[in-house]
Amino acid sequence: MHEWALAEAVVATAKRAAREQQLRRVTGITVRLGELQQIEREIFKFALEQMLAHEDALVRDAKVVLERERARFRCRVCHREWDFQAEELGSEIAEAIHFIPEVAHAYLRCPSCRSPDFDVMAGRGVWLASLEGEE
Amino acid sequence: MDPRVAIISDRLKSIKKIIAIAAGKGGVGKSTIATGLALVLSQLGYKIGLLDLDFYGPSSHVILGLSEEIQPREERGIVPPTVHGIELMSLVFYTGKNPTPLRGPDLTNALIELLAITRWGDLDFLIVDMPPGMGETTLDAIRFLKNPSFLIVTTPSRVAHETVGKLLALLSELNIAILGVLENMRRSSDRARSSFGVRVVGELPFDEGLEDALGDPERFLQTEFAQRLREIASAIFPLPEPRASPPPSLRL
Repeated sequence: MHEWALAEAVVATAKRAAREQQLRRVTGITVRLGELQQIEREIFKFALEQMLAHEDALVRDAKVVLERERARFRCRVCHREWDFQAEELGSEIAEAIHFIPEVAHAYLRCPSCRSPDFDVMAGRGVWLASLEGEE
Repeated sequence: MDPRVAIISDRLKSIKKIIAIAAGKGGVGKSTIATGLALVLSQLGYKIGLLDLDFYGPSSHVILGLSEEIQPREERGIVPPTVHGIELMSLVFYTGKNPTPLRGPDLTNALIELLAITRWGDLDFLIVDMPPGMGETTLDAIRFLKNPSFLIVTTPSRVAHETVGKLLALLSELNIAILGVLENMRRSSDRARSSFGVRVVGELPFDEGLEDALGDPERFLQTEFAQRLREIASAIFPLPEPRASPPPSLRL
């Protein structure tokens, strides 16, 4: 379960950020899940909550909020913009992109000019959007 | 805030030493030396991992003769498969034979993702096959890998020496440990041409039999190239301390 590795990363980062902000207690963690990485939302939420429950008082009671962000691409050659359509991919390709979203450049092409030279403008992967807490 | 960066040091905790095999330019034999070094160190009794960061032209898997069905295992991250005693991680597991054109920020993102999710075992050495030059991935490797030591590969060519000088200057400026320079593809007629100001750890011969041994590690280890690499590795690294053997199990 790759979701566990990313949840672990979120916990480590939340703790580090909370210490930097001198928070006494984190009450909420908002994580944005970029569509391109196709994170299993329920597994990720479960993993994150399980890990938080085993942490110290700094983050233990934090409420987890997950936001979804649509993935959007922009071609650098013809400037066409388009959305990610996971359902059009085979399972092996979808899984490869799930592990390393950048490998999308090995499989996806601009729908207009077929270029692989596109930017992922939004919705790449897991992002710690915000922390709420008490000082 | 990118959550992945904070976890990288945890993921590298089980590794005693990271050795980056780098060069100022392509085509000098970095991948062959990185993979060869992994094989000979493993043979000497070290626990070895091999990380292929040459994202445009990964080739460690070719030298190891990896069959296509071998894949990392998913277990709270990804666990590298063990190939001929070496834990191998490469982007090729996710791209196969497809070309993977990546711009700078994508290279950085792919590297961070790989480092954040790969769960290495207890390793004496992680050998890193670097891309040529001093671009995105070289700078990122310096930024994210903990205290890497660089082994620089060159050929006897003046062109390669020119670029090595620049890479060494950069690494020195950044206070990065340099194990030394390794000169590859040396023929008996080549004139000695050096003085990099750092230790030249050895010379590897131009070995006519090497190409045919690529993809077959057993045969690779028999080549003159591998034998010489073994001598060089034994001279640079002390022999590993014997690992504590597991307690004998009682058969009742």
